[in-house]
Amino acid sequence: MADALLKVSGLTKRFGGVVASDDIVLDVARGELHAIIGPNGAGKTTLIGQLTGEIRPDAGRVHFDGQDITELQVYERSQLGLARSFQITSLFLDFTALDNVALAVQAHAGHSFHFWDDARRSRELREPARDALKRVGLADRGDVLVSNMSHGEHRQIELAMALATKPRMLLLDEPMAGLGPDESSRMVRTLRELKRELTILLIEHDMEAVFALADRITVLVCGRVIASGSPSAIRTNAEVRQAYLGEQEVVTDAGAAHV
Amino acid sequence: MLYLFEQCLNGMQLGMLLFLLAAGLTLIFGIMDMVNLAHGSLYMLGAYFAATFVEVTDSFVAGFALGLLATLIAGMVLEVIAIRPLYGRDHLDHVLGTFGLLIFFNELVRLIWGPEGRTISLPSEMLTAVQVLPGVYYPLYRLVIILATLAVAALLYIIVMRTRVGMLIRAGASNREMVGALGVNIKLLYTLVFGLGAALAGFAGMMQAPISFVQIGMGENILILAFVVIIIGGIGSIRGAFAAAIIVGLIDTIGRAFLPDLVRYFLSYSAGSSAGPALSSMLIYLLMALVLIFRPEGLFPAAGK
Amino acid sequence: MSGMITPRNAFVAAVIVVLALIPVYAAMTGNTFMMTLFTRIIILAIAAVSLNLIMGFGGMVSFGHAAYLGIGGYVIGILAKEGINTGFVQWPLALLVSGLFALGVGALSLRTRGVYFIMITLAFAQMVYYIANGLDRYGGDDGLTIHKRSEFGGLLNLSNRTVFYYVCLVLLLATVYVVWRIINSRFGAVIQGARSNDRRMRAIGFPTFRYKLVCFVIAGVICGLSGALLANHTNFISPAMMHWTRSGDLIVMAVLGGMGSVFGPVIGSVALLVLEETLPHLIGFASHVITGKEVVAAKEYWQLILGPMLLLIVLFARGGIDGLIASARRG
Repeated sequence: MADALLKVSGLTKRFGGVVASDDIVLDVARGELHAIIGPNGAGKTTLIGQLTGEIRPDAGRVHFDGQDITELQVYERSQLGLARSFQITSLFLDFTALDNVALAVQAHAGHSFHFWDDARRSRELREPARDALKRVGLADRGDVLVSNMSHGEHRQIELAMALATKPRMLLLDEPMAGLGPDESSRMVRTLRELKRELTILLIEHDMEAVFALADRITVLVCGRVIASGSPSAIRTNAEVRQAYLGEQEVVTDAGAAHV
Repeated sequence: MLYLFEQCLNGMQLGMLLFLLAAGLTLIFGIMDMVNLAHGSLYMLGAYFAATFVEVTDSFVAGFALGLLATLIAGMVLEVIAIRPLYGRDHLDHVLGTFGLLIFFNELVRLIWGPEGRTISLPSEMLTAVQVLPGVYYPLYRLVIILATLAVAALLYIIVMRTRVGMLIRAGASNREMVGALGVNIKLLYTLVFGLGAALAGFAGMMQAPISFVQIGMGENILILAFVVIIIGGIGSIRGAFAAAIIVGLIDTIGRAFLPDLVRYFLSYSAGSSAGPALSSMLIYLLMALVLIFRPEGLFPAAGK
Repeated sequence: MSGMITPRNAFVAAVIVVLALIPVYAAMTGNTFMMTLFTRIIILAIAAVSLNLIMGFGGMVSFGHAAYLGIGGYVIGILAKEGINTGFVQWPLALLVSGLFALGVGALSLRTRGVYFIMITLAFAQMVYYIANGLDRYGGDDGLTIHKRSEFGGLLNLSNRTVFYYVCLVLLLATVYVVWRIINSRFGAVIQGARSNDRRMRAIGFPTFRYKLVCFVIAGVICGLSGALLANHTNFISPAMMHWTRSGDLIVMAVLGGMGSVFGPVIGSVALLVLEETLPHLIGFASHVITGKEVVAAKEYWQLILGPMLLLIVLFARGGIDGLIASARRG
């Protein structure tokens, strides 16, 4: 696919004797929402680790917008416009929500070797941060310490931080994890809006959300891609049904317990 | 050449002492995730206990055995009273809390034993030198230190690798939660491990006492050397501590013995005299820096970490 | 939020006023000991504030901070011994060498974290300590007397106690102000973010290593200044300046005063050093009251109380004195 924004080829990673990623090939086209599903232990976390740069692959390449980013550091990938959210909430708990998001803005507003002026008075940082909070529905919660906020709000801030880095592509690692039904549907709404302007790679256990949102779905089992295609194609794929959807109930239960 | 051999033995002897300290430290790091600056105090306590008990019993062996027992008990009591509340706190808390303990122990020793320091005189049969190689005589007691420590190392190896407690120690070093999940009495295990570490440190202190001097603060500088050993060997790894202790002991001793002459040879006599000692005291830290650059996890990182 | 009159700000202002009035009090009462003590307190407060920049705000627990005291001091002492007395050369060089050492130590130790970091900084400081011990030309382990304090032409006469005191005080206040600006700047935001969650910082695009390294160097430079002042204060340098227990003292000052604020370590160094001077007398007094006679020995063992007190502070009063005064952290 010529128009792929993210292109993964032959990605392989072993941990001891376990092959966590087995020759993974994956294309994410510009503007699509591409979902990755798979049972627990399928290697989704290892895959996202290799996409963000926290894990070095043993073989294979990752291209982003035509550039080989396989050897780049985590922060360099972020600078290129590849943003991620974390599965387990990873925020600056002793900062306010606005400070959290403003830091993400700052990361992409040139270098930070400015030692003198008050960062909290910089409109260049504060206003985009406020905008990002507004987009995820937390406009009036900016001055609250993150440690005093709910899990659902943490997930929203995670997303706001990813947005604040002005990304070209979002890697979302289980954004619905641990959310209640109301919070989940709000998250789905937010993602549907974002999808209009951003390329998104979504890793998610919540099948309902995945089939509602995804343009294409890739199924990962035991580190291998067993199928890739439109939601309807995946739904009817015999191999997928056998390997995965047949045990869907078990998987979603485990997914909830996992968090 | 013979001088070199003698210096190697001296280096071994220092290495063995370092191992005794480092083994306890690394176990406590690995299992309780605890930085213990007061470990050097236990080294000091061991020496003072031994000095007193040798005096009281008038027997070298009985005095040392009692001293060892006393340090073990002191370590376990210390763990229950002062160390236990620090588990799970961050490392800064450990540093501060045990720094306080170190100050306390220095003062306590001064209160009990006075500021003068003690000596332990060796029994006369220990004062001889033995021929280790044709023409090479080496003080018997220093050999005893090396052999006794090797025996302790072997014992430690057997305890850690072959017994049930050892299995728990190994499991604890790589996965703390798992040991808790097994339903093991973690508190007791921690107290035992700390006591074991204390006994090892105390043993080091009392073995060293007859060839140096029993005094307040004697454990502090050697404690930092033991830290270097752990960094080089890899935190939590007893094997690493053993190898690194010997390396550090040898390099430090041989460097001090030969480096000043080497500098004199290549530069000038005065340069050798002034820069030599400074250079040789840098050697092990240079080694540490190299290890950090090329193997930040240490030479023998503990498995599963 | 500066300009607000809170109990905390009032307390900080009071401490500054008291520090500013010490020479007046000393002149009136002829109490030179007081001058010496408080000059020392102010100098070590500069070191503690610099330590707190990396430890309290950057989360880098350095157990080797006294090394910079020693390096700053030794640069002054060595230059003085070699006949270079002008402060215009001595002081910049002291800061430069401290900064370079911090660069080297930081580049190595910041590759690691947690326990490793604590022990590595300690070990490198110990290395400097032993090097100083080996410098026979500069006194070896006996140390070296400095016969002339740094000279600043006709600008400042550091040999005058009062002038020297106010120079130290101004430098302390300048340090506090600079550090305060730094932690509220973009750079400070990165440093504090890295303390809070380094992994996340990298994920949103910050190369945290280089920011932490620069911060580590800034702290080293400031502490080198403190060392230069200390050498001038005592007219003497020796390896004891950077004994590792001194690094411990600096940590104690920062924690005792409160790591959450820039000024906390100043309060901590006043508290620790004043306590060090008065606790023996208090114990002597208390034992006098209890036993009805003078117990000389009791005074000597005041550290028996200090040690466990540290442990108790760690366990029960982590905010330090500043935390007790200010209900809200970081005002």
